[in-house]
Amino acid sequence: MIRLDHVTKTYPKASRPSLDDVTVGIEKGEFVFFIGPSGSGKSTIIKLLLHEVTPTKGKVVVNAKDVTTMRSWRIPSFRRSIGCVFQDFRLLPNRTAYENVAFALEVIGKSKGVARRVVPEVLELVGLGGKEHRYPHELSGGEQQRVAVARAFVNRPLILLADEPTGNLDPDTSIEIMRLLDRINRTGTTVVMVTHDSNIVNQMRRRVVEIESGRIVRDQARGVYG
Amino acid sequence: MQRWKYVLTEVLTGLWRNVTMTVAMIITMAVSLTMLGASLLLYLQVNDMRDFYYDKIEVSIFLKADITQDQRSTLQNDLQNDALVQSVIYESKEQAYQRFTTQFRDAPDLVAATKPDSLPESFRVKLKDPKKVQALSDEFRSRDGISEIVDQQELLKKVFAILGALQNLALTVAAVQGIAALLLVANTIQVAAYSKRREVAVMKLVGASNWFIQMPFVLEAVFAGLIGAILAFVTLVLAKIFIIDGSLKPLTTLLTPVAWETVWLQLPILAGASAVVAAVTAWVTLRFYVRV
Repeated sequence: MIRLDHVTKTYPKASRPSLDDVTVGIEKGEFVFFIGPSGSGKSTIIKLLLHEVTPTKGKVVVNAKDVTTMRSWRIPSFRRSIGCVFQDFRLLPNRTAYENVAFALEVIGKSKGVARRVVPEVLELVGLGGKEHRYPHELSGGEQQRVAVARAFVNRPLILLADEPTGNLDPDTSIEIMRLLDRINRTGTTVVMVTHDSNIVNQMRRRVVEIESGRIVRDQARGVYG
Repeated sequence: MQRWKYVLTEVLTGLWRNVTMTVAMIITMAVSLTMLGASLLLYLQVNDMRDFYYDKIEVSIFLKADITQDQRSTLQNDLQNDALVQSVIYESKEQAYQRFTTQFRDAPDLVAATKPDSLPESFRVKLKDPKKVQALSDEFRSRDGISEIVDQQELLKKVFAILGALQNLALTVAAVQGIAALLLVANTIQVAAYSKRREVAVMKLVGASNWFIQMPFVLEAVFAGLIGAILAFVTLVLAKIFIIDGSLKPLTTLLTPVAWETVWLQLPILAGASAVVAAVTAWVTLRFYVRV
């Protein structure tokens, strides 16, 4: 499903690479944590998978497509197969929960009819039934992140990337979001989550890949934060 | 359908959100396009006038005061039989004086100071090809009894030089205003892209196609460009009504009239030029500067 093959990424002007000769494979339906201290390079992995940055060396393969050599006009359709959530939610403040999710459908050419059918369904799935018409500022942090998850999942992507999705949330709310991601994973979606929340990693007991100074120092099935 | 509606509302709200900038952009575009249209009209007009005047152009062969009857009749004969010449008219001293008095009737002092026999007699020669003046001049210059050969083309050249200078002036203003308009388009696009940065970020994230993200911005510029073109066209129409057919009316004998077809032709030309230029500027700004 996802494969990083001897990937090195050095940002311009950086003294040392963010990722240094990283090789890792992720199977379809897996749930993987990338952990490590700030600046260890774990967020760079998400950016590589989204083709926001290109590797300095090595190959990135996602959904059997070589992202490294992908032509730029193919990127939009490639991204439709990937959902993404972030620490800061990235919701549109002047749109309701419903409109935020529907926006993601409309801008890739889905009709309003499709949105009317699909959006309430996915909002129900993330536990926001009845709050469709609230604006982001009328929702709690956890609820905002649920909207973000709904938006990421509404296209039924094969892969869900989560970059510190619980970074702005209190522990109890974090657990709820993790339950949600776990449920999405059970539908067959591959979930890749970058975090340094040890509590969550220890509770979930899923595969853990630990990165330090751009190198993989541990890759363990059913791991803990350590 | 759905997407076009989205794009259209985006364009209109985008233009409205930044309305002062939009107005500035449209005005500079309109000024630039008016000047472009004016210089284009002038260019077409000069060509028109050239044909018109070349048709009437004459070469004046002024004769010496001491020319003999014989010399004059051989000269007239030779001119009439020359392959370059279409027609020859003889103008006597009296005829020359009459023409002079009517031409300068507004300057009675000058007329009074000129004696009837002080003007030379001449042949007015019309050529088959008005450009062959030099050949005729070379042929007859050394003949007895000729004092001077005057080519009216020289005079016309001066007139056309003035019209050409006007045209260059209009083109320069068009270019300067055009550059200002382009910078305003680029700036408007940057402001628009900044005010929609959240939407753009989400669109990129969920995989909206590039054209879909860029189209509202590009159309905003094109829309402003088209309004500018229409304003410029209206200005040209008003100029035709009030200046060319208005205050310049007495000069119709000198200037060939500007046809309505030529004025109408400006609308598609200006609209097309401004739409294309605005679109390209917007797209380049998005692609290389804002990196939307």
